[in-house]
Amino acid sequence: MKYTEEHEWLRADGDVYVVGITEHATTQLGDLVFVELPEVGATVSKDDEIVVIESVKAASDIMAPVDGEIIEVNTALADDPSLANSDAVGAGWFFKIKPSDPSQLDDMMDEAAYNAMIG
Amino acid sequence: MADLHKTPLHALHVSLGAKMVPFAGYDMPVQYPLGVMKEHLHTRAKAGLFDVSHMGQVIVQGATYADAAAGLEQLIPVDILGLAPGRQRYGFFTNDAGGITDDLMLANRGDHIFMVVNAACKAADIADMKASLKPELTVTEITDRALLALQGPAAEAVLTALDARASDMAFMDVATLELAGVTAWVSRSGYTGEDGYEISIPATDAARVAQALLDHADVEPVGLGARDSLRLEAGLCLYGHDIDTTTSPVEAALTWAIQKVRRAGGERAGGFPGADHILDDIKNGPTRKRVGLLPDGRAPMREGVVLFADKDATDPLGAITSGGFGPTIGGPMAMGYVAADYAGIGTRIYGELRGKRQPLTVTKLPFTPANFKR
Repeated sequence: MKYTEEHEWLRADGDVYVVGITEHATTQLGDLVFVELPEVGATVSKDDEIVVIESVKAASDIMAPVDGEIIEVNTALADDPSLANSDAVGAGWFFKIKPSDPSQLDDMMDEAAYNAMIG
Repeated sequence: MADLHKTPLHALHVSLGAKMVPFAGYDMPVQYPLGVMKEHLHTRAKAGLFDVSHMGQVIVQGATYADAAAGLEQLIPVDILGLAPGRQRYGFFTNDAGGITDDLMLANRGDHIFMVVNAACKAADIADMKASLKPELTVTEITDRALLALQGPAAEAVLTALDARASDMAFMDVATLELAGVTAWVSRSGYTGEDGYEISIPATDAARVAQALLDHADVEPVGLGARDSLRLEAGLCLYGHDIDTTTSPVEAALTWAIQKVRRAGGERAGGFPGADHILDDIKNGPTRKRVGLLPDGRAPMREGVVLFADKDATDPLGAITSGGFGPTIGGPMAMGYVAADYAGIGTRIYGELRGKRQPLTVTKLPFTPANFKR
């Protein structure tokens, strides 16, 4: 697993990456009530705001962790946003992305570094 | 950041694992480990305990109740003289333009008026009262008492277990009860749309009384996050958002709080700041109105979302003043102001969310039925 400073996790699945947000992030956000996912096939650039998530209290954006193409989105999460709270690194995944420049993953944190960041 | 005030229950909140946030100058619990959603649903199902000690508690006293009431009627467009002993009423201070400078609860506690005002407005309210009222009337901020709210269908059983007289109170009654050996000024009211009580107790005893209430199996502590979603489902205004110095009570759909005796033709018509504007709004109808709004779909539309008559309209109809997700209704909800022509129940309008116009329906308030003990 790779982690970003924006509290996203990326898990390799062949040549694509499954992306979600960490349990630390969902705990901080509280109960999620709405998720708007990107379109399958969209070409995105790193740091584009491609997902909108809303908790009971506030809205936030999730940024593309790398340049690439959106291969699949988790429609079950759009139907039941609480999956991100109950199973952040499993059923609560957001989208799958195929990086156009896999070297962008090199700078990301591993689990130990992420845990050190969140203290 | 300037030092935040702490309520007498601050240590209890921390020990309960609350997430604390700055609110109106106080370090307040926004949620407990249960989380906003479950705290909200628990309050509707059983009972929630809220710390609202940040709010201002004020006593206004004259030689008689009537002296204090007559004085306050010059600042508040409500029938205060006609309020019976042991009864409470909702009201608001107005300004010369007919706007609202704060909303409040005021109670006839026999020889004095006890009021609860918003935390962010309390200093200005007290200064205005001291400057405007006759010197024979005293205005005293009560700073040595905490304020709790116990809300939900189980609230009556919970409070009655501590003092049987709690069940004799009807909605908007006030009484003095003994709770765990502590003298409490209690009203049967709240800010959730549920039955419940608001409880003023000495600060030194506050943690003990709160713990006695929390010891009941049906009671969970509830933070400001759920307080906001509960009041919005109940269609209740939040000062500084849904009402402020630029909104008249008539625009805000609060005309019901201005009794006939204070309206044109009434025995004590007018005589409060902005009376000309407000009585004219009642007579001729306001140009805009506060309404309930239900967005289509699941995306919440929050404060600031601009409203339009249709997908292509260039001139806005108004804006959302409170919006979010309603855990009880299971979807997004909002309140806002729209031009009066668009205020009819069922009117379809649009809100601009992240650059896209999304439909909403003007909807009757409250979103969840009130559950008061009349």
